[in-house]
Amino acid sequence: MANADAVAVAASPEAIAARLVASRYLADDSLATAIFLAIRLGKPLLLEGAPGVGKTEAAKAVAELLGRELVRLQCYEGIDAGHALYEWNYQRQLLAIRHAGEHEIDIYDDRFLIARPLLQVLRAPERRVLLVDEIDRSDHEFEALLLEFLSDFQISIPERGTIRAATQPIVILTSNRTRELAEALRRRCVYHWIGYPDARREAEIIMLRSGDVAEATARAVANAVQEIRARPLAKPPGIAEAVEWANAATILEKGGSPWPEAFRRAIGVLIKDEEDLSAIAPELGRIVDEALG
Amino acid sequence: MRDLDNPFSPFTGRRCPEGADEGQRHAGQNLALPLTCLPASSPRKRGEESLPPATAPFLGFARLLRDHAFAIAPEQITSFMQAVSLLGPRSMNDIREAALAILASSPDRRGEFEAHFRAYFYGDAKPSIEGEEDETRVKDDRGARAEENQTVGQEKGGELSSALEQLSSRDFPGDADGLGQFRRKLASALPARRSFRTARTRSRGTLDLRRSLSEIVSADGDIPSPQLRRRQAVPRKLLLLIDVSGSMKLHTADYLKLAHAAVQGADSAEVFTFGTRLTRITSALRIRNREQALARAAALVDDWDGGTRMGPTLLAFLSVPRFSAFARGACVVVLSDGLERGSHAELEIAMRRFRARAFRLSLATPLAGDPRFRPATSALRAILPVLDDLVDGSSLTSLTDFILSLARPAPAAGTIWKRVS
Repeated sequence: MANADAVAVAASPEAIAARLVASRYLADDSLATAIFLAIRLGKPLLLEGAPGVGKTEAAKAVAELLGRELVRLQCYEGIDAGHALYEWNYQRQLLAIRHAGEHEIDIYDDRFLIARPLLQVLRAPERRVLLVDEIDRSDHEFEALLLEFLSDFQISIPERGTIRAATQPIVILTSNRTRELAEALRRRCVYHWIGYPDARREAEIIMLRSGDVAEATARAVANAVQEIRARPLAKPPGIAEAVEWANAATILEKGGSPWPEAFRRAIGVLIKDEEDLSAIAPELGRIVDEALG
Repeated sequence: MRDLDNPFSPFTGRRCPEGADEGQRHAGQNLALPLTCLPASSPRKRGEESLPPATAPFLGFARLLRDHAFAIAPEQITSFMQAVSLLGPRSMNDIREAALAILASSPDRRGEFEAHFRAYFYGDAKPSIEGEEDETRVKDDRGARAEENQTVGQEKGGELSSALEQLSSRDFPGDADGLGQFRRKLASALPARRSFRTARTRSRGTLDLRRSLSEIVSADGDIPSPQLRRRQAVPRKLLLLIDVSGSMKLHTADYLKLAHAAVQGADSAEVFTFGTRLTRITSALRIRNREQALARAAALVDDWDGGTRMGPTLLAFLSVPRFSAFARGACVVVLSDGLERGSHAELEIAMRRFRARAFRLSLATPLAGDPRFRPATSALRAILPVLDDLVDGSSLTSLTDFILSLARPAPAAGTIWKRVS
């Protein structure tokens, strides 16, 4: 099913989790199991979650643990086959036709073919991992196209015939759930919902991802962020923002600001919305004090 | 590591979905009994005619989920069994993780899924599942959160609205009105925006190299007229937010009919109700039959004719990223009398945030049906500057006319009402 080296790496969910830590990504058991199953069953892995919980980071970590290159296809509204599969280099084709004059020329030769992410992965599935990022941003037509790709791992180019993957590629899809995905797509995937981590795990993540943040700082940041997320903000802070906040506060503290003050002054990297800032400002002192204490 | 006392305990004391397969039910005691019934659509490969008896509980669990309207394909069942055997299974948790990864798709139904899992594999009491549809979670915890924030303040303004939650359900009798025409016209009447997707066109576009070149090749090198593409126009999203509090009692039935017609007619419409809680009812309204759809929606909403917490519920809506994404670039129509209990500061913030996201923000209030109506309450006066329209929502005709006219530019609500008063 999946290729041999990937299977060797994915011996068990625990092995995956350990390797993810080595790639500086802390996965809970459930995510490690989902990654393990996706690799071993040869199915795409669908990750959903709120913005900033580390979906794309998870994909990067998986590529790293397998020692493969990550090919990222960022979805957006209006993305089509020309951006995802392949495109002919029309200008070069036209030039080649003119250059050839009376000679015969194959204008559907490899050198005129521009491989887009899906085709790139299909050509070297043992060296690449495909990340289809934010698939909820694309429209239904593209989802249908992707469905075809994910079920057979082949692409038909009318001028060239069908290109098939030698082995099953490893594919990761992410979605922010701004739109419901088609049932057919979900069905084909191994599914995992990434939620916000609890304070203890978040502190561990901050320690792992940031430069030199003291453990006490990481724990205080994690507690304060949990508290802030519980409020109805326009944009609840993600994990990435929490890491940045810890970093920024540490830098400020080294520059001479005392602790609670450093957190307050660095709040701009955590909350990036003026209204949220003014909503949280009166309580920030209390939240930080409680988190520190 | 190996938790051997556990894996087969599930076989006893679990609930059998159909109750018909005695063989399956006692699979735990009688492991030699072959399993003969497969789902009709399951691929019967060689050697699969009689699955190993130990797989019976997994098949049974998938069937149980199907009985509870989880869409589960035969291939998912096969994958589930493969996943379980890949994981060991070393403990019940492995089975649970496999089930979550392969069978459970929608996070909204996660709670329900877990309840079924416990009931089936651990033999817990029959799961009590409330609200099988989408968004239960959001609906519930948002409500609870709003309750915590509830301030014990003086009630000023809006005598009709109260913060007390009065949970009740309601039936809607069906009747005929002019919504059919509204439904048919809606898709073309909504304001359009330029999509990034392109379509072929004969004039006014950019060169379509792909088609032009194949044209050249088929014309043997001649260059015929160039082929063009142009960005398409697509209708904007329509977001309806319906106030179901007690003060709107007379109008909610009509509003839901309108919402049903809108969901049926528009390409992408989203409908939420709010009172003391926030409930997404779009998926219920996708049912074509109006009576069924309305009955389903009515069952979903818990806070019929209760109090109003307009500001907090709208803020709750905006703080769920995927919901606030619905509002982005959309026509947002709030159907409410705008009678907010106590302070209107939160309502004002929410409306300002909607304004920043939406293409057009309108408030339709039934009070405006009265010719003497003026936006005089402090809440209305505060939100008037951010509103694009403040219109009459007292009858279906005026509402449908208004929604069909959304594409036409109109002066801002503040200007109109200043002129009137």
